[in-house]
Amino acid sequence: MNISFAECTARERVSRLLDAGSFEEWLPPAARVMSPHLAQLGVPSAFDDGIAIGQGRLATRRVFIAAQEGEFMGGGVGEVHGAKLTGLLQRALRDRPAAVLLLAESGGVRLHEANAGLIAVSEVMRAVLDVRDAGIPVIVLIGGANGCFGGMGIVARCADHIVMSDIARLSMSGPEVIEASHGVEEFDSRDRALVWRTTGGKHRYLTGDCDVLVDDDVAAFRAAAVAAVEAAATAHPVSLASLEQEHAQLAQRLAQTPDGADAIALWQRIGVRDAARIPYLNADAVRALRPDAAPASITS
Amino acid sequence: MTGMENLHYEFVGQHRLPTFAPILVGVVASGNLEVLIEPAASDRCAFRIETSARGFGAIWQAVVRDFHERHGLAGATVSINDMGATPAVVSLRLDQAASALAGARP
Repeated sequence: MNISFAECTARERVSRLLDAGSFEEWLPPAARVMSPHLAQLGVPSAFDDGIAIGQGRLATRRVFIAAQEGEFMGGGVGEVHGAKLTGLLQRALRDRPAAVLLLAESGGVRLHEANAGLIAVSEVMRAVLDVRDAGIPVIVLIGGANGCFGGMGIVARCADHIVMSDIARLSMSGPEVIEASHGVEEFDSRDRALVWRTTGGKHRYLTGDCDVLVDDDVAAFRAAAVAAVEAAATAHPVSLASLEQEHAQLAQRLAQTPDGADAIALWQRIGVRDAARIPYLNADAVRALRPDAAPASITS
Repeated sequence: MTGMENLHYEFVGQHRLPTFAPILVGVVASGNLEVLIEPAASDRCAFRIETSARGFGAIWQAVVRDFHERHGLAGATVSINDMGATPAVVSLRLDQAASALAGARP
């Protein structure tokens, strides 16, 4: 039976992604490591500050895992939430699991904890890069209804490998933020088709910002995670040469971007066949259309 | 600015629980709540509620008493973080937690 990844809670995603019964949570809800800020503002806190972290097995390999709960404050990163992520990554440096999986669902920094949240996100980024530098792959899986935006969007792009569903979104500023700062003529946040073809999984896959496009199905996410961990076992860790290659690919893509046109024109420009039909195709059909010229992931 | 309201209720239970791993259901979101049930060394069922909706103590008391009359747990602490859930949603979450608790026991 197909179980929607988007409909699952953070802990349901973890338990269905990992080998059955293998998840061991660190700082679980009963530990009550909670936000020191929210109660002062009259806002309810969560026992786990909206994130589950721990270790488990993925196709028998030992992995570390974190899952953000998008229903709690839109997955916003507060001080404790970010510290749990950073701690998990730093523990990976010591214990050397086969990979660290981040099940990202976040609007970015939790505005109630503005400065503490911003610092937390920067610490997470630094820790992600440290873990990669140690040769441990960081794999991001995005499939929640809130997408992956703001600071967590940057964190995702700091990772080795990104898996998205077609209903997932990945970007920096959210649609409403762009409209508020640049006007509705620039970006109509209520035009859902526009929002998805600008930030959605299909677009990110076609342009090489994400590595694997899957259906909104926990089994598909698990299969993609298993494949990513297996592929990473033989991949070279990040190097200056691989980073320079990616920068060159990004510069090339920027040069290819048509002025003032939207995603469909970009897809045509980079050689996607049937670009106008992309919004109507399922993930399987879109996978078959990615041109070889699209920037490859660092690990592939 | 008004802060959170803390409520505390306790009842003597009939069904002594063997020790169990803490159970969490629900999520803190608008009109929703999370419920954490943990073992306690007593014959009572204690409810500790933190809610953003102030002034509904009488309704909370009725809802948790109703839950306790259905389940009569003894040796449990029920902790709740609430973001303005309606009484019906609270009752459903409490029953979901009790059901998860029954399912987790051997």
